[in-house]
Amino acid sequence: MRYLPLTDNDRQAMLAKISAATIDDLFVDVPEVARLDGPIHGLPMHASEMAVERHMKALAAKNLVAGEVPFFLGAGAYRHHVPASVDTIIQRGEFLTAYTPYQPEIAQGTLQMLFEFQTQVARLYGCAVANASLYDGSTACWEAVAMATRVTKRKRAVLSGALHPHYAQVVKTMAHFTGDTIADALPAITAEPDLAGLMARIDEDTACVVVQYPDILGRISDLAPVAEAAHAKGALLVVVNTEPVALGAIKSPGEMGADIVVGEGQSLGVGLQFGGPYLGLFAVRDPKHVRQMPGRLCGETVDAEGKRGFVLTLSTREQHIRREKATSNICTNSGLCALAFTVHMTLLGERGLRELAAENHRLACLAADRLAKVPGVEVLNNAFFNEFTLMLGGKPAREIVRDLADRGVLGGVSLGRLYPGVEALEHALLVAVTETTTEEDIERLATELEEAVK
Amino acid sequence: MRYYTEEHEWIDVEDDIATVGITDYAQGQLGDIVFVELPEVGALIEQGKDAAVVESVKAASDVYAPITGEVTETNAALEEDPALVNSAPEDAGWFFKMTISDPGELDKLMDEDGYKAFVDGL
Repeated sequence: MRYLPLTDNDRQAMLAKISAATIDDLFVDVPEVARLDGPIHGLPMHASEMAVERHMKALAAKNLVAGEVPFFLGAGAYRHHVPASVDTIIQRGEFLTAYTPYQPEIAQGTLQMLFEFQTQVARLYGCAVANASLYDGSTACWEAVAMATRVTKRKRAVLSGALHPHYAQVVKTMAHFTGDTIADALPAITAEPDLAGLMARIDEDTACVVVQYPDILGRISDLAPVAEAAHAKGALLVVVNTEPVALGAIKSPGEMGADIVVGEGQSLGVGLQFGGPYLGLFAVRDPKHVRQMPGRLCGETVDAEGKRGFVLTLSTREQHIRREKATSNICTNSGLCALAFTVHMTLLGERGLRELAAENHRLACLAADRLAKVPGVEVLNNAFFNEFTLMLGGKPAREIVRDLADRGVLGGVSLGRLYPGVEALEHALLVAVTETTTEEDIERLATELEEAVK
Repeated sequence: MRYYTEEHEWIDVEDDIATVGITDYAQGQLGDIVFVELPEVGALIEQGKDAAVVESVKAASDVYAPITGEVTETNAALEEDPALVNSAPEDAGWFFKMTISDPGELDKLMDEDGYKAFVDGL
């Protein structure tokens, strides 16, 4: 048996069929300057495995690794302790190797896990129904906007200026192809978010208003007035959460009247992982909207003998049945990350989650108090959970972050990095503190920051 | 007078209001119906374009507007009991009522005998 799938003759036959002379003809849409026309400059053609390993290790040693230095990065991805038991459980063969095992006759374990996942997300968000996960927080945010346009039959979404700019960009990218209008804005550097200004932007054509909670600057406010203002114009309130641990301490978006609540689930059970795979969470407050939800839904039922069991339900919304009219065409749902989320949540329990949230907030308060004592540094927020904004004197925050990195401290995410070229934001620094932060880490950041802002 | 479409909708015309539903043949093909998504009262619908969605345990299908007009009433009973479409498709299981913008559009539809012959040929 041959293990090389194609012969030159096979390739020629396929090329002839589509009237292409060479393989390169398939890449004509790639601009010439972006095409590789020979060996990569500076990369030797051959090296031994040991030599490659040695080289790669030397490259990796140049990284400042999250677990090895004082680490204060957040802005949508948070470093939390993931108990070793989470990895052990999700790597059991029954879970890990079973890909899309949705046949109820043989997959009650996976289906029960999904049902418990949905229950946890719904309770965390204060909603009636959650789906069995989406790809990540930013695509979940777009799905919420798309769902709002279906529900309201309107095509305009108003984004809060304090929505994570990467989420706003994903929404705008998708809207480019659906023809929806996205009204976005820049964040205002103020202690409280400008909710009155946001509400004034909602009009009779607005399908939804999208608000992040806690917002990109870490601020927390009561969103009930925004819900009322949206509903008064016939629009939906979409609330985005990028740090689910916060909801162990603060009021759920559903309780404040959010119609759709979406977010990133990475904080629970899923590591930083260089930015992915992450986990999209999606829930609706009112069960009447369930048929407009994207993604899979697992339901509880009874079998022929009256025993409790689980099945996928309402599948007619999905693309294998509804094709281009499905409620979503983003396919992957990060199933293993959803399992990790549920295992971590189950190990924590409700009390554990509240305690974890309290510990995050306690350390964040310590950090804010300590950093406020650094000359030339001010804390912007009136309220925050485990992430807040510092206003730095002197150089732009982006340069100070680099300076801190040279001193062996990952000091935060500068707004200059999130909003390149926006001068009004360049002195702001987001600082995230979790249960993994020690008091020594905080002291070290304060000391190094004092030098860096001089 | 009752007319039929090739998409298996029926339309009853009484004065200047028409009632629309799906045929007995259509409900038989769909199987147990679990949900009907109706248009909003006041919506303007166009002949041949999507007007409603009917969902059974095995498929979700679009229901097309047999003629152009404005939706004046929808069958609230279907929200509680979508199975009415199975048990009484051409009676209590009606979907919506609408105005008739252009009576000429009705000429393009089939009558009962025409539809029967059409279905027999499927």
